[in-house]
Amino acid sequence: MRHRRSGLVIANFTGFEADLLRSLASQLVELLRNERAVPVTGTDPLEAMFDFSGPTTEPDDPVLLRLFPNAYPEDEEAASEFRRFTEGGLRNGKADAAGAIIDGLEEAGLPQQLEEEGLIIDVELDEVTALAWLRSFTDVRLALATRLGIEEDDEDYWLTLPEDDPRSQAHDIYEWVGYLQETLVHALSS
Amino acid sequence: MVCHDDDVSAPSPVEVEPDLLSDETTQLAKPWVTIVWNDPVNLMSYVTFVFIKYFGYPERKAEKLMREVHEDGRSVVSTGTREEMERDVQAMHEYGLWATLEKAS
Repeated sequence: MRHRRSGLVIANFTGFEADLLRSLASQLVELLRNERAVPVTGTDPLEAMFDFSGPTTEPDDPVLLRLFPNAYPEDEEAASEFRRFTEGGLRNGKADAAGAIIDGLEEAGLPQQLEEEGLIIDVELDEVTALAWLRSFTDVRLALATRLGIEEDDEDYWLTLPEDDPRSQAHDIYEWVGYLQETLVHALSS
Repeated sequence: MVCHDDDVSAPSPVEVEPDLLSDETTQLAKPWVTIVWNDPVNLMSYVTFVFIKYFGYPERKAEKLMREVHEDGRSVVSTGTREEMERDVQAMHEYGLWATLEKAS
């Protein structure tokens, strides 16, 4: 990735990489849309009807809990209140950012079904879109890390896994998205 | 956004007991802080980038805060009213950083 005079960030992917990235972004969208951010309904049906806001309890899925952490660890009431007012918007923002990755790749020529070999996808990102990609790379990495159980300074452990272990492959993907993110941070900082 | 009664001192037609009033004044003077916690996932370059981008901090300050998060496990990244800190925490969550807020000690 590089930063051109035009202010655009150019990213080049092989067809395989672009397809993988789209699949990761799609899974993220699915997760964000799946466990609906439904409000906890009160006992009063009328009150419940006018409650358009978000959830007040922590999500069950550990990935969602990492994406929407508790803002008030010491204050349960304030934590639910904060969640009610923020989680819905955050979910939409994260789903939109992942959608920006999918749209960007497809607009750059990634077909619905990847069949052609040797396909190269060149994506041009303006700053706003590049920032959305950057945030979504973080969400993808947080999701993969939570599922894998990534811990501080555990690189050696992952290297000891046999190559055909699916966790090892997932870890390689996690590292690759990290590399993409690092490159994009540099492109946006220059 | 959330309206917290200890942040807003609405004019009251009722006379307030002196004790309550001083309590409220103390609370108002106490700022809140946004804390970013270390996690094993986020890249150091990305965390620094977020502090520059969102808070508008100079690179040196952003890096210092990032190091604190990395080495001490947490860092106070902003100070202000409760509403301001809720906005900052929400923005940090948008960027995927693990952030909480609390009353400054």
